[in-house]
Amino acid sequence: MNATPTHQRDENPAGPHLPLEPLPGHTSRGRLERVLRRGEFAVTTELNPPDSADPEDVYNRARIFDGWVDAINAVDASGANCHMSSVGICALLTRMGYAPIMQIACRDKNRIAIQGDVLGGAAMGVANMLCLTGDGVQAGDQPGAKPVFDLDCMSLLETVRVMRDNGKFLSGRKLTTPPQVFLGAAINPFAPPYDFRPHRLGKKIAAGAQFVQSQYCFDVQMFRTYMQRVRDLGYTDKVFILCGVGPLASAKTAKWIRSNVPGIHIPDAVVKRLEGAQDQKKEGKQLCIDIINEVKEIPGVSGIHVMAYRQEEYVAEIVDESGVLKGRKPWKREARSDDQIVAERLDQILHENMTETQVDMVKSAH
Amino acid sequence: MPDTQPIPTTASVPAGDPQATPPSAPPGVTQATVVKKAAPKTDYKPSDVSPQRRVQRSFAVRLWSVRHSRLLEWFYARFADAFLMLHPLWKSIGYSRVEAPVKFIEKRVKGFMFDCRMCGQCVLSSTGMSCPMNCPKQLRNGPCGGVRANGHCEVEPDMPCVWVKAWEGSRNMVHGDAILNVQKPVDQSLRETSAWLRVTAQAAAAKEAARNAANGASA
Repeated sequence: MNATPTHQRDENPAGPHLPLEPLPGHTSRGRLERVLRRGEFAVTTELNPPDSADPEDVYNRARIFDGWVDAINAVDASGANCHMSSVGICALLTRMGYAPIMQIACRDKNRIAIQGDVLGGAAMGVANMLCLTGDGVQAGDQPGAKPVFDLDCMSLLETVRVMRDNGKFLSGRKLTTPPQVFLGAAINPFAPPYDFRPHRLGKKIAAGAQFVQSQYCFDVQMFRTYMQRVRDLGYTDKVFILCGVGPLASAKTAKWIRSNVPGIHIPDAVVKRLEGAQDQKKEGKQLCIDIINEVKEIPGVSGIHVMAYRQEEYVAEIVDESGVLKGRKPWKREARSDDQIVAERLDQILHENMTETQVDMVKSAH
Repeated sequence: MPDTQPIPTTASVPAGDPQATPPSAPPGVTQATVVKKAAPKTDYKPSDVSPQRRVQRSFAVRLWSVRHSRLLEWFYARFADAFLMLHPLWKSIGYSRVEAPVKFIEKRVKGFMFDCRMCGQCVLSSTGMSCPMNCPKQLRNGPCGGVRANGHCEVEPDMPCVWVKAWEGSRNMVHGDAILNVQKPVDQSLRETSAWLRVTAQAAAAKEAARNAANGASA
């Protein structure tokens, strides 16, 4: 056992669940911002939220990403399907030292609830927040719900930015401690109006976005065109762009997504390639790796966002085989030195055949 | 059964079964599909659209307005000037007293032209003459990521996306780049009030302030 505890990079020496030292020019005390601002190629992923009240479900689902990703998105009822809340998932993940990206969707909460959640999340140590509009309720399992949409993603970004930078609620009331967060947004270069999309990114930057994650990219040419326009407008200097990628399980899934999930564009060539493959699942993974290898070369792309819904175990393989980390090891939850002491002590109590009464313990203590 | 009883799930469930929830989805099928299939069959089944869409069934006039956004922009500018010129009149009658008739006209005119929802804080000039309140998500800052490849809405598959139209409309307008400004969230407390009168009163106040500043500078 080593006496001097070694910490990993981007870890608070006093404990991985604590915020990092503030750095000049950084708005958050989180790991993702550090990775991006150092110019490293970042990898984020999405945690499939459990339909349960068991914290172990969240820990187990996060554990499979260990050492392969820089941050984990905690989705806020994605697709308007009810799951464990993003605030709850973030509370659990921050306890374990993970770097969650708290997604906030405008569908379910009004401005009062959202601002409260921003403070609560930041207090728990959430360093990254992703502002989304959210899918319509008709897409989910409870279409009878009331759609709120009090704010939209843009005014939400601005609200959180004002809370952070000006230390004020929307009403102007002062905060005693503003939330220190790295603000994110979503982009979809693959949906009309195509001409407007780069300008919309500009609007999001103006509203406060510091990093953006894109929708699933299956059409690299389209993404390249979008990035060209974004670079021409000078936005790549102001925002970190993470390209969304993910494996398709089969040609059937691809077709189903294409006709049932609005906003995801899958070209015919992709479906054909999957149909022609012997092992469609393997081909889907290979396709994802090929796309990563293409998009990582596009200037202005700062990282990837791997969304492998119900194929989470593939994330590590995809990241590994694509080699985007270039040997870098993202933060990994490790047993700490005192964990070792506790484990040894427990082992001793369990296996050594001696009975220790409290009276004896007092006597043997000096 | 009282006739105020709504149609929902409880109606079709056999008496004595307290669990009205549909069964869990098998793998490969979404829960949304299961819920939809488990819905009770009745003779009266409204088409599968949102309540907002039921209010407005045709988009012909709304789309005409977007196509003629430049003309409407020109007209709106003249109209706002005229309204501002009448400020002394509104003030002498009293804005609160004039609100009811103005709102009556505004609601019908804008309702016909743009399918106005009377949010009370009109941004038509910044949105290519396409009213953003007709978006099922009421987005005021641009299209969501769910726009279909044919430019239609994800929520209302037969409705052209309000923001696709807004972008087209704004490209025809002289000050169309106002669409790039970040809009503040809607103030829900201003719903069902007159945007025309509010803009006029604010413009008059601004004019007054500018005149006072000029007088102060020259004095």
